[in-house]
Amino acid sequence: MSLVCGTNINFSYTGRLILDDFSFAVEEGEMTAIIGPNGSGKTTLLKIINGLLFPAEGSLTIDGRDTSNWSRRELARAVAVVPQENLSVFPFYTEEIVLMGRFPHLRTYSFEDKKDYSTVRKAMEKTDILSLANRRYDELSAGERQRVLIARALAQEPKILLLDESTAFLDLAHQVQFLALLRQLNKEQKLTVIFVTHDINLAAQNADRIILLYCGKNYAIGSPAEVITAKNIKEVYDVDVLVDQNPQSGSPRMTLLA
Amino acid sequence: MLVVFLALGIIALATGSVHIGPERVFQALLDAVTGEHSLSSREYSIIFSVRLPRILFAGIVGASLSLGGVIFQALLRNPLADPYILGISGGSALGAIIGILIGAGSFYLGVPLLAFLGALATVFLVFAVSGGTRGPLLDNSLLLSGVVVNAFFSAAILFFLSTVNSMELHSITFWLMGDLSRASAREIGAAAFFLIAGFIFLYRQALKLNLIVQGEETARQLGVNVEFTRQWVLIITSLVTAVAVSLAGIIGFVGIMVPHMMRLIFGSDHRLLIPTSVLFGASFLVAADTIARVLLAPSELPVGVITALCGAPYFIFLLKRKAA
Repeated sequence: MSLVCGTNINFSYTGRLILDDFSFAVEEGEMTAIIGPNGSGKTTLLKIINGLLFPAEGSLTIDGRDTSNWSRRELARAVAVVPQENLSVFPFYTEEIVLMGRFPHLRTYSFEDKKDYSTVRKAMEKTDILSLANRRYDELSAGERQRVLIARALAQEPKILLLDESTAFLDLAHQVQFLALLRQLNKEQKLTVIFVTHDINLAAQNADRIILLYCGKNYAIGSPAEVITAKNIKEVYDVDVLVDQNPQSGSPRMTLLA
Repeated sequence: MLVVFLALGIIALATGSVHIGPERVFQALLDAVTGEHSLSSREYSIIFSVRLPRILFAGIVGASLSLGGVIFQALLRNPLADPYILGISGGSALGAIIGILIGAGSFYLGVPLLAFLGALATVFLVFAVSGGTRGPLLDNSLLLSGVVVNAFFSAAILFFLSTVNSMELHSITFWLMGDLSRASAREIGAAAFFLIAGFIFLYRQALKLNLIVQGEETARQLGVNVEFTRQWVLIITSLVTAVAVSLAGIIGFVGIMVPHMMRLIFGSDHRLLIPTSVLFGASFLVAADTIARVLLAPSELPVGVITALCGAPYFIFLLKRKAA
């Protein structure tokens, strides 16, 4: 049984069909990229995996259990999301934000204990934000905030990590560092990673599998070499590209032909 | 905070149109424990029958309004929200005035009950008016509908005022400006009960409120059942504030000022913010009421005048600072 399994999902929003008879599966320990043009249903798909939305028809199961049968706390222990941006009206300290990732593990009304703090410290170490612990979250740079949100997601100790354009705000150095961290977590902890991105080369280099969404259907699904072809990109994005091989990694490499 | 509250309490006990020094008040409190009698019976009666209930009541009302402020600000993710701005105070005022006019005052808790119904009706009305709005607009549309509903209630209140005779007019006007002088012991007891019960319930939601402040979707992703939590927190908070308003009248700005000051000092974690706001809210209203009692002694000012005189400039300061 696949860890995440979507079967014949239909989903519409204000009368518009967003996902149309969409099926897919993600295996445990895989790194999966979701790519596709704007409005192709990527974010909706992430929200369905996260149980924020439920399919109108069809089903989505995690560990073989339909997400509509999970409580929010159970789901938050299994699936963590790194959103694009999260600004609060009220000032919080960075460490407080990361500690919030422990909420689904706390006994309902208690305070965090030593174990929670040590989990949070480790998460902050991994994302290189220990030095920001006592800074105000709203005063950090966009890139720093993104790393805080990643730390919060790691503090949830999830099985599945969902990322929505998480590298968009990161500079090159932190992007490289972040992707290395993802791959390391993926290898060492068998963390299943599903990420949405507009950067096709980033997807090709880092994903084990790519889902190419087009008008709510899965246009192509498979290894980077299978999905990233000049023909597919032309049909879905309507741009001419050259696809060759990355000389270092051997993964497909796309160049725009303008 | 507790120390501030106790110290203020003693000062407030010592202040009034009849002079009794703080050391004598302290002596009186000591006597109450030890059973001795070192003060005149007149002084005892002023301290224990006149001032103490009033100070307790001021504390309870201040605490309730501040508690309402903290929670509404968290739920609406807006530092300008409070029971007064949201129209809940206006709604219960209208209820209370209808109560006074139809003579419900002759029943135990008659007027407060109508005020309470008015407050609850307002909550539903405000949410209905703002309903259907989604996303980031939701928070602002609630505030705006509060303003609209408030304006409507003011008009209704004025309409009723123009129909009453001057005796009732005076008492209603005092009530509209916030009046802590007329609560009976039983009413104070009722307000205390609702405050304590509400505080216990709401304090247990503190962590969830921290997450809800981060945004609804984030809170859900982190494991909070947002709809359920928000619904219950809203009902309980409305209850606590409605009880306070129905007994004490309209006392504005406490609910905005106090939580905001506490956030500046203690940060935004509701596990700290809720109890400190409750204690400071109590201290603040006790202080304001003491000023209201002595400023024009021997006659009294409605305490709402004092809070509005401090609150309105603070509100403007807040707006200016946000814009900067």
